[in-house]
Amino acid sequence: MGKTFKRPEALKDNPTHYCPGCTHGVIHRLVAEVIDELGIRGRTVGIAPVGCAVLAYNYFNVDFQEAAHGRAPAMATGIKRVRPDLMVFTYQGDGDLASIGMGEIIHAANRGEKFTTIFVNNAVYGMTGGQMAPTTMPDQRTSTSPFGRDVQAVGMPVKMAELLAALQTPAYITRQSVIKPKYINRAKKAIHKAFSYQMENRCFSFVEVVSTCPTNWGMTPLDAVEWTENTLLPYYQLGDCKTPEPREEA
Amino acid sequence: MGKVLMKGNEAIGEAAIRAGCLNYFAYPITPQSEVAEYLSRRMDEVGGVFLQGESEVAVGYMIFGAAGCGARVFTTSSSPGISLMSEALSYITCAQCPAVFVNIMRGGPGLGGILPSQGDYFQATKGGGHGDYRLFVMAPASVQEAVQMVMEAFPIAEKYRNPVMILGDGLIGQMMEPVEFPEDLVVKPTNKDEWATNGIGNRSDDSPNLVKSLFLDPVQLNSHNLMLKAKYDRMRREDVRYEAYNTDGDYRALIVSYGTMSRVCRTAIDFLKEEGLEVAMIRPQTLFPFPEEAVRDAAGKAGCQVAVSIEMSMGQMVEDVERSIQGRCPVEWYGKCGGEVPTPEEIMDVVRGMLKG
Ligand SMILES: Cc1ncc(C[n+]2csc(CCOP(=O)(O)OP(=O)(O)O)c2C)c(N)n1
Ligand code: SF4
Repeated sequence: MGKTFKRPEALKDNPTHYCPGCTHGVIHRLVAEVIDELGIRGRTVGIAPVGCAVLAYNYFNVDFQEAAHGRAPAMATGIKRVRPDLMVFTYQGDGDLASIGMGEIIHAANRGEKFTTIFVNNAVYGMTGGQMAPTTMPDQRTSTSPFGRDVQAVGMPVKMAELLAALQTPAYITRQSVIKPKYINRAKKAIHKAFSYQMENRCFSFVEVVSTCPTNWGMTPLDAVEWTENTLLPYYQLGDCKTPEPREEA
Repeated sequence: MGKVLMKGNEAIGEAAIRAGCLNYFAYPITPQSEVAEYLSRRMDEVGGVFLQGESEVAVGYMIFGAAGCGARVFTTSSSPGISLMSEALSYITCAQCPAVFVNIMRGGPGLGGILPSQGDYFQATKGGGHGDYRLFVMAPASVQEAVQMVMEAFPIAEKYRNPVMILGDGLIGQMMEPVEFPEDLVVKPTNKDEWATNGIGNRSDDSPNLVKSLFLDPVQLNSHNLMLKAKYDRMRREDVRYEAYNTDGDYRALIVSYGTMSRVCRTAIDFLKEEGLEVAMIRPQTLFPFPEEAVRDAAGKAGCQVAVSIEMSMGQMVEDVERSIQGRCPVEWYGKCGGEVPTPEEIMDVVRGMLKG
């Protein structure tokens, strides 16, 4: 029998710095597998965010640029506009994309930029120690919401996929998760679709991945999976929010 | 090709195209919006990229992305917009990407006004964004010089892998003058395969390129900064530019002035000469690297009693003038801002007064 489970070519042979039970590593792997399957490693450029995934380029075996906090969609726009032949993806956390970078993502999506965004929503700022994010759940305790998120004071968590899907410009917008194998398979398909739409130069594509941050949630990896399933997923419902119109055959 | 009459802002846009830069991202702001208006049509004609970004913050990173993947790219803006791009400038400089930023300055601080000013000297030459970085800063005094500087900016940016800023004032953007686009300033882009994210498959070796500015290890960050500093030192050695006016004979005062302001000073110097009062001028064409030696030597000439920095700002360049002159003669400042431009008569009075006092 041959080897059935091997490292994708689009991943380097480096151990990651992510905490045990963190889903960043799983998501990296799915993206890398899709890059391999589509045979686009030689023309892919990733954009690293500022957040726990800032060092993503230590793991991906493709060209990478590192953005400032929240600005990845603008950088991706710059690359894609001058080099439409390159396959470009941004990889962003929820502080990065839904807070400081809200303007950049909305406008890139609205212009219909032909790149792909992988949006890792773990309901906190991971890298800086678990502060409240725009995606933090009502009453969720974080290091800057010690009494729980007070929605009277700071509003309800932002549903990015739905927000972007409300734009009129055609796009592929979906929300997935990777906390269990059944979710992983669907997430992989969604990422594959997102990159395929880009390859066909069809539309902006956006895959939100509901993720875990056991370290800053103060949970074991298993409890984090439970909490995601019971608390995050009912609010952040999985599935496609928007798909582009089927192409008319010429 | 002969000369054509063009407005400064349009000539700046055309100069970039002639220099082989077909990628432009910008956000409208007076007094330079004509560059974007002009290029929205012209880039279409030449098959280039024109995109109006959602903010100057975003535009800064569009430039970063495009430069990072190896394209020639530029933007134009005016003072408040450059403040917003300053975050990106810090990152781009650290990540060593060549790009050209044009600032057609207006009055500040704050929303200020829309008339010409030179209030962004500190921002351009001393930072603006965070960290130890420098921009290569060129200051045109005419539309023709703006054209040439824009054309030269791309190879300079590529030579140093560092952003170049063209610092003009609103008059340079708004004025109409006859211009030509010298063919001999067109330089082929450098090969960027060694560092740009242009796709592994487009290069001969199989290792990814990385454009980044994060160095968590203090030893690495220190040596990265030393390497950047070595580039700035090299700029100081190799690419200082200035124009000397009336410095051949003896003179009693030295004016240091740049951009539009220097043209008024030149007129004042001509008038004073008719009166029998000799005054010289050093006009920095690069603000960073600053022509320290030229200013020092000119101020140190026997008979020169005073040096005065004349600016459309409240005394910014004067600090570099003082630093350069190192006490060889007294250094004064004169200026106005917010769109007020000192007249030749005012400058004549100022110089006469300083020599009396
Ligand atoms: C302009 C700026 N502001 C603040 C920071 C500090 N900072 C670094 S990462 C981060 C939040 C990251 O959280 P998120 O995007 O959710 O990603 P995660 O770490 O959870 O994957 C912040 C606020 C910064 N680097 N730059
Ligand atoms: S802090 Fe949270 S997001 Fe960051 S690596 Fe650890 S678990 Fe993952």
